[in-house]
Amino acid sequence: MMQSLQTLLQGWGWPIGLQTLLIILIKIVAILIPLILGVAYLTYAERKIIGYMQVRIGPNRVGPRGWLQPFADVFKLMFKEIVIPSGADKGMFLLAPVLSMAPALAVWAVMPFNDTMVLANVNAGLLYVLAIGSFGVYGVIIAGWASNSKYAFLGAMRSAAQMVSYEIAMGFALVGVLIAAGSLNLGDIVRAQQGGVWHWYWLPLLPLFVVYFISGVAETNRAPFDVAEGESEIVAGFHVDYTGTAFAVFFLAEYANMIMISALTSVLFLGGWLSPFQGIPGVEHTWLAAPSLFWFLAKACIFLFLYLWFRATFPRFRYDQIMRLGWKVFIPITIVWLLLIGAAVTYGIGPWFGKA
Amino acid sequence: MSFEQILFYVFSAITVLAAGMVITVRNPVHAAMFLVLTFFSSAALWMLLEAEFLAIVLVLVYVGAVMVLFLFVVMMLDLNTTLLREGFARYLPLGILVAVLIAVIMGLAVGQNHFGLAQVAAPAPHAASYSNTQQLGELLYTTYVYPFEIAAVILLVAIVAAIALTLRRRPNTKHQRVDQQVATRREDRVRLVSMTAEERK
Repeated sequence: MMQSLQTLLQGWGWPIGLQTLLIILIKIVAILIPLILGVAYLTYAERKIIGYMQVRIGPNRVGPRGWLQPFADVFKLMFKEIVIPSGADKGMFLLAPVLSMAPALAVWAVMPFNDTMVLANVNAGLLYVLAIGSFGVYGVIIAGWASNSKYAFLGAMRSAAQMVSYEIAMGFALVGVLIAAGSLNLGDIVRAQQGGVWHWYWLPLLPLFVVYFISGVAETNRAPFDVAEGESEIVAGFHVDYTGTAFAVFFLAEYANMIMISALTSVLFLGGWLSPFQGIPGVEHTWLAAPSLFWFLAKACIFLFLYLWFRATFPRFRYDQIMRLGWKVFIPITIVWLLLIGAAVTYGIGPWFGKA
Repeated sequence: MSFEQILFYVFSAITVLAAGMVITVRNPVHAAMFLVLTFFSSAALWMLLEAEFLAIVLVLVYVGAVMVLFLFVVMMLDLNTTLLREGFARYLPLGILVAVLIAVIMGLAVGQNHFGLAQVAAPAPHAASYSNTQQLGELLYTTYVYPFEIAAVILLVAIVAAIALTLRRRPNTKHQRVDQQVATRREDRVRLVSMTAEERK
């Protein structure tokens, strides 16, 4: 499709730089629009799924079976007034939602959707993901500070400490993937997992897989790690003073981050676009066994469901317990497993790291 | 002017402007955010030099960790700016002297006659498969492995020292023993008593 577009643009006689720019812009839009729709329907799915888990029906009034509920929410938020508190630092107050939204979208630049579908096939993709992901904390702390409110500031402080702590465990888990795959390129990491379910990294890197996903939940400030919001103690944490569209942007960023962590977990540990039916007799020649975008999305959806399931199941962690889990449990586990993986790769131990 | 040159000038201008703002704005939080912007645009400049590992690690370490802790501290400080500016006029001559000296030294050391466009040719661009990360890694873990390890040990000593300086034992505080809490069984806490039903008095 992109090829035919390119020939079409050449036919118009545009300069080559402008053609590339236009194609990149089209690709960005092609990623962002499904992502935003995904965010909209993730909020709907969250309310529906948690509703059923709590033996309620959930939203069912707007549109058939409540399918238009996300749009009703968006329009409601868009037509609300944006209130800027009189003691707030106006520039920073408005900058904060942008700072939390930008990294949530920027990470998608290196996400491989299938073997060829990736916006920027960069060598240091994994590092890029880490660097941009670590930038997300600024939105939260700037929002908390600029609101000039005690509750917002407390939420910001909690969240900053929590995100910085879990980033370390997350980074170590990614180093494990990097050692196993021998590459920082996300596409190459998926290609290194080829050969069926048992070759995906969830099995040889099982502790890192668990640590990564739980750190991801902590990183996105979702239940049971949502002390940054903590309705019962500090009202709504860092975004307590935000209304209307400014609040909607925070909301959008949180859900875009959830989708991002889920997609990354599926790329790094569950073989991304690879099919679980690969090499299984009976289905090996159907579309089920072929690697495709479908499998990538299906795996990401599993983790998104886990996010919602966690929220419906677990009570909120106490703050000192969050810190203990991050520093005293996750970091030692990842360090020990890094040593094991390093030895396994160096000496070619096991079915996964046998010397080719 | 080529596209790379335009990018270079845009990012250098942002770097210089933001660095200037860091030391001129009144609000310490704004200054910290301008420092973040400076790091970002310097990372972009490194990216133009095909040093993508250094560029991304600059963002990861300085923007993602160091500046967050910096902001953390700055936001909690209650700075009295009038007190800080008290000695401004007194130290101004000395400050100007030091600034001029540093500017002259830097001009002599890294000025036009050493690093001008006539002296240093633009490096030839690497092939698309060139990996800066791999090149750095190979050098660090072979040729420079001892300096690298020594630097790591020094950092470790610094961490231990910082923790030792701030650690204080307070014998009177009550701590939780999480392992005991986790290892608790129902039998430790609940006793089921079997008794016959009694009539309320």
